[in-house]
Amino acid sequence: MPQNEHIELHRKRHGYRLDHHERKRKKESREAHERSHKAKKLIGLKAKLYHKQRHAEKIQMKKTIKMHEQRKTKQKNDDKTPEGAVPAYLLDREGQSRAKVLSNMIKQKRKEKAGKWEVPLPKVRAQGETEVLKVIKTGKRQKKAWKRMVTKVCFVGDGFTRKPPKYERFIRPMGLRFKKAHVTHPELKATFCLPILGVKKNPSSPLYTSLGVITKGTVIEVNVSELGLVTQGGKVIWGKYAQVTNNPENDGCINAVLLV
Amino acid sequence: MKIDVERLLIQFQDEDGVVLGSPFDVPLDITPEKLQLVCNSLLMKEEPVPFAFFARGEAEVVSSLGSCVKAIGVETEQVLPVVYQPQAVFRVRAVSRCTSTLQGHTEAVISTAFSPTGKYLASGSGDTTVRFWDLSTETPHHTARGHTHWVLSIAWSPDGKKLASGCKNSQICLWDPVTGAQIGKTLTGHTKWITWLCWEPLHLNPECRYLASTSKDGSVRIWDTALGRCDKILTGHTQSVTCVKWGGDGLLYTSSHDRTVKVWRAKDGVQCRTLQGHAHWVNTLALSTDYVLRTGAFEPSPARTPLQHSGFVPQGSNPERLVSGSDDFTLFLWNPAADKKPLARMTGHSALVNEVLFSPDTRLLASASFDKSVKIWDGRTGKYLMSLRGHVGSVYQVAWSADSRLLVSGSSDSTLKVWDVKTGKLSIDLPGHADEVYAVDWSPDGQRVASGGKDKCLRIWRR
Repeated sequence: MPQNEHIELHRKRHGYRLDHHERKRKKESREAHERSHKAKKLIGLKAKLYHKQRHAEKIQMKKTIKMHEQRKTKQKNDDKTPEGAVPAYLLDREGQSRAKVLSNMIKQKRKEKAGKWEVPLPKVRAQGETEVLKVIKTGKRQKKAWKRMVTKVCFVGDGFTRKPPKYERFIRPMGLRFKKAHVTHPELKATFCLPILGVKKNPSSPLYTSLGVITKGTVIEVNVSELGLVTQGGKVIWGKYAQVTNNPENDGCINAVLLV
Repeated sequence: MKIDVERLLIQFQDEDGVVLGSPFDVPLDITPEKLQLVCNSLLMKEEPVPFAFFARGEAEVVSSLGSCVKAIGVETEQVLPVVYQPQAVFRVRAVSRCTSTLQGHTEAVISTAFSPTGKYLASGSGDTTVRFWDLSTETPHHTARGHTHWVLSIAWSPDGKKLASGCKNSQICLWDPVTGAQIGKTLTGHTKWITWLCWEPLHLNPECRYLASTSKDGSVRIWDTALGRCDKILTGHTQSVTCVKWGGDGLLYTSSHDRTVKVWRAKDGVQCRTLQGHAHWVNTLALSTDYVLRTGAFEPSPARTPLQHSGFVPQGSNPERLVSGSDDFTLFLWNPAADKKPLARMTGHSALVNEVLFSPDTRLLASASFDKSVKIWDGRTGKYLMSLRGHVGSVYQVAWSADSRLLVSGSSDSTLKVWDVKTGKLSIDLPGHADEVYAVDWSPDGQRVASGGKDKCLRIWRR
């Protein structure tokens, strides 16, 4: 029996005291008086602490009461029209203040120099080898342990053929091979199911990049010819990078966000 | 001893390929003026009309036929087709000075429009009023109060007797420009703000009764202004509808943030076609018959080129063309009445395209974009012609002069620039606004340009 259930156990076995419920009710009703007595009579450090706590409680209570009251009464809309009138073609766009534009330009130049790129998920948990690769024992006495099986979702190219089974060190199971990803365009807020062209970089290790392992935070290249994007010169863009946002081995699908 | 000048056989053709007269030979040093005389006499016109000549339809004959022929390298043995294009008989002079600053709005001026006759000027603003201005004295005429939020779009009826205005609280009001009073009652029905208003063209209905409005809620409503109620609701777009144009043959074209352009039949509200192809929001539409439908009822100058009026018959040689500009930095040229596939895709901008506009003679197309440039394209084929660079901020709106030779553009860098389209150079720079210029319009009689912006003033520019 766990340590903390003796009271409940006793109650189950023997029931409540005969006057339990009445005593409980009366004690609860005395609580308000006791609280006010404490508030008046406390002195010193204890008083300070108590009053501070009570002040915070009261503010919260007042806020919730005000919220409830607002819900009950319907307020007439504020007559004053907001400032910052813009024409219809600028309404859905966030205008940038001019100071911001300059500072953004400088920041971008610095980042480009440093070689850092902006991705939606900058930091992801690094996956260790024991998590991603499972040891497969082979040999007559099942003692050799040089083979590894990938436990995460991976992408192999179109013309992929396995090495002869005797010599292949990394096994990528067919059940975990995916060809398509659900890619969301961040501005349009629409999701498309696009074929994957390749794995660009897996943040945990370059070994996983070469194997084609797709985990959360991996940058993959997808075929966007479906979207109809065009470069300035008129050429159709057919490949773009996207970053994976879920754990595909848990969900069974790859969700990614397009890097525009 | 006189040196014999080389001669060349030419054949005059008009823009559609119809030949004029028979081939005859001319000396290579013939100038465009002499070619004009010949052409005018062949066409047997009473008044001489100025023409522009294009050898084989591509290179324009500027100084003499010889230099043009050398440039494109044509065989002198064969007959050379020379395409002649009538130009506007009247010439609009470039505006060069700000004649008045009309103050009165207490918030940014968001939209401005001249009436089809060019007599009245109306402006909608963020202070919820629509103001009418008297153009002869350049002073305020009326202030129309009635809206409760920013007046986002205004549209004159084709007969110039009514003005419709739509606001951010999804209400539409009609105003009488003469008295400044509201006509009828406020039209409500949309659930989100009004993005564009467009009247039915005059030749389809001379009493100017029906008005189409689009809103962020994705629906298009056709209102009967005589009865003051909504006639039809066209739903089909899944996101905000940005622009609507009423075509000359009773078709409605709408563009939306869901990357499509839809074609509807105005009579029964049935959707005919969906034009797909854009990869991002479609911001703006332009019809080749826009200018004719706007001003066709009136004759501002006595000698207008006859080409303008033939726009009423869209079938045949010159079907109505539609251009859509989008956030994916490209424009599409469509023939929407005929088929779903675009005629051309115009790429080249490096930022989103905010406005496209056909020139009044429909031969040229101007696109204003947030990449600080205005690009000129051929109005029939969509071929890129030139880029007008000079602005240092996003170009918000453009307006053509009535003779299609000048273009004015207003931008977020608070200047307006008048461009000469023939040379592709800046004609006049018009600084003066204190803040971004949100709306630009050129009056149909070519006399004035009105511009309004964030600095709450409306400026009128004249020669």
